[in-house]
Amino acid sequence: MIRFENVTKSYLRSTTGRHRLDDAGSKPALHGVSLEIERGEFVFLVGQSGSGKSTLLRLILCEEAATSGNVLVAGRELSRLPRRKVPALRREIGTVFQDFRLLPNKNVFGNVAFALQVLGKSRQAIKAVVPETLEMVGLAGKEKRLPHQLSGGEQQRVAIARAFVNKPLILLADEPTGNLDPTTSLDIVRLLDRINHTGTTIVMATHDNGIVDQLRKRVLELEDGELVRDQMRGAYGGHR
Amino acid sequence: MRVQFILGEIWVGLRRNLSMSISVALVTMVSVLFLGLGVLAQRQVDTMKDYWYDRVQVSIFLCTDKSDLPNCSAGAVTDSQRKEIRSQLEAMKPLVKNVFPESQQQAYDRLKAQYKDSSTYREITPSQMPESYRVQLSDPTKYDVITSAFMGAPGVGDVQDQRRILDPLFNVLRGLSLGALGLAALMVLCSVLLVATTIRQTAFSRRRETGIMRLVGASAFNIQLPFILETLIATLAGSVLAIGILWALVRNGIGYLGKQLPINFITTADVWTVTPWLVGAAAGLAILTAWLTLRRYLRV
Repeated sequence: MIRFENVTKSYLRSTTGRHRLDDAGSKPALHGVSLEIERGEFVFLVGQSGSGKSTLLRLILCEEAATSGNVLVAGRELSRLPRRKVPALRREIGTVFQDFRLLPNKNVFGNVAFALQVLGKSRQAIKAVVPETLEMVGLAGKEKRLPHQLSGGEQQRVAIARAFVNKPLILLADEPTGNLDPTTSLDIVRLLDRINHTGTTIVMATHDNGIVDQLRKRVLELEDGELVRDQMRGAYGGHR
Repeated sequence: MRVQFILGEIWVGLRRNLSMSISVALVTMVSVLFLGLGVLAQRQVDTMKDYWYDRVQVSIFLCTDKSDLPNCSAGAVTDSQRKEIRSQLEAMKPLVKNVFPESQQQAYDRLKAQYKDSSTYREITPSQMPESYRVQLSDPTKYDVITSAFMGAPGVGDVQDQRRILDPLFNVLRGLSLGALGLAALMVLCSVLLVATTIRQTAFSRRRETGIMRLVGASAFNIQLPFILETLIATLAGSVLAIGILWALVRNGIGYLGKQLPINFITTADVWTVTPWLVGAAAGLAILTAWLTLRRYLRV
């Protein structure tokens, strides 16, 4: 489903006022990363801040292009994907962030429906799919609430519903529990686990050792842009 | 995207950005107004030219015994000279379209009719009026052919082209038209810059929405469409206001002048003729500016 073949990503740095590749002073964001994530897997992506987790997710989303190496997502080689075909790729991927990114002037239903409306889905389809998804994430009955009337955990559920409403093949979660307390965090990850059981591949970048240790899923660890651990049923800190 | 959803988004966008939308509409209105005034002034010149050049004639004034023109020192025109001039004119067809001989009495009658209320010409007698040939040309711009042929010929006192009286007027109108078009160019530049700034600001204030649209896989066209349509609506509103003002100016201002002066003025029909061009230019420029600005400032 997702394959990285010796992927390196360097950012252009401005040093003397001109943009140039600064490969002498700092390490690239990702360096020689190779990995494969199968369809239907649940993978934790761990590592310190700046270790390259977000860069890896951005490469999957085709927000950025790898400097070298190949990234393959849902059968597409991203370096060869024309710009006009990027939206179609993103329709196969749902994304959830630490800061929820809900639209403050739309209610719960509106926020989830927005993802379908901008893709031109019919009103009947939206009316059928959105309540179903809200029920799945445990927000039935709260359709008319505005984001500021919800708790953090509930807001993240809305964000997950919006990411999942289009039934993507892959769901990327970038620190989805970063703003939540431990109990709520566990609820959110359990929800992601339920979504995983519907067949959706989940890649979750996290700092939350409690959750990683509790769920015992596959763990990919990045350190300074390099993949230092790929462990099935792993824990946050390695062999413990 | 569904039409209803797009309309909803546009409505929300326009309402949220009301002051900017109004300023885009008003600046567009002023630029289209100047553009329209320039184009209409040009049409006015053309209308008047068509009308007057059809009527203007070259007058060949013949000598009378009282004329003090240098070429008339030999006295009044003789019959043979008159015949010679006439046959020379006949030979110049087809440039010479028509020749109307005007006797001293006819010239006197015309003067009296034109200035019947004026005391200036009360003392004049028919014998003081010059006899003339009024020559209508198939191409009024070739006036100098007649002048060079007849100026100084025996019996000819003077050759006058009526166009020379009208040309300063046309030049003034043309100057006004160019001035209006110059101002229009400046205002168009203002509107382009304002549209670009507005879109940049709107794109920034809506980066959360567009970010989500991008993430869920909306196409670049779908993400940019509401911005372009909002700009287009504001521009069209401004253009419609400008056309309304032009129409009112022509109908009331020029329509009034038309009743007072024996000149052919443009009518509201001319306003309708230039309307599609003005609106099309404003809309085209707005879409182009919006598209270029979005390419630069809206990540898709």
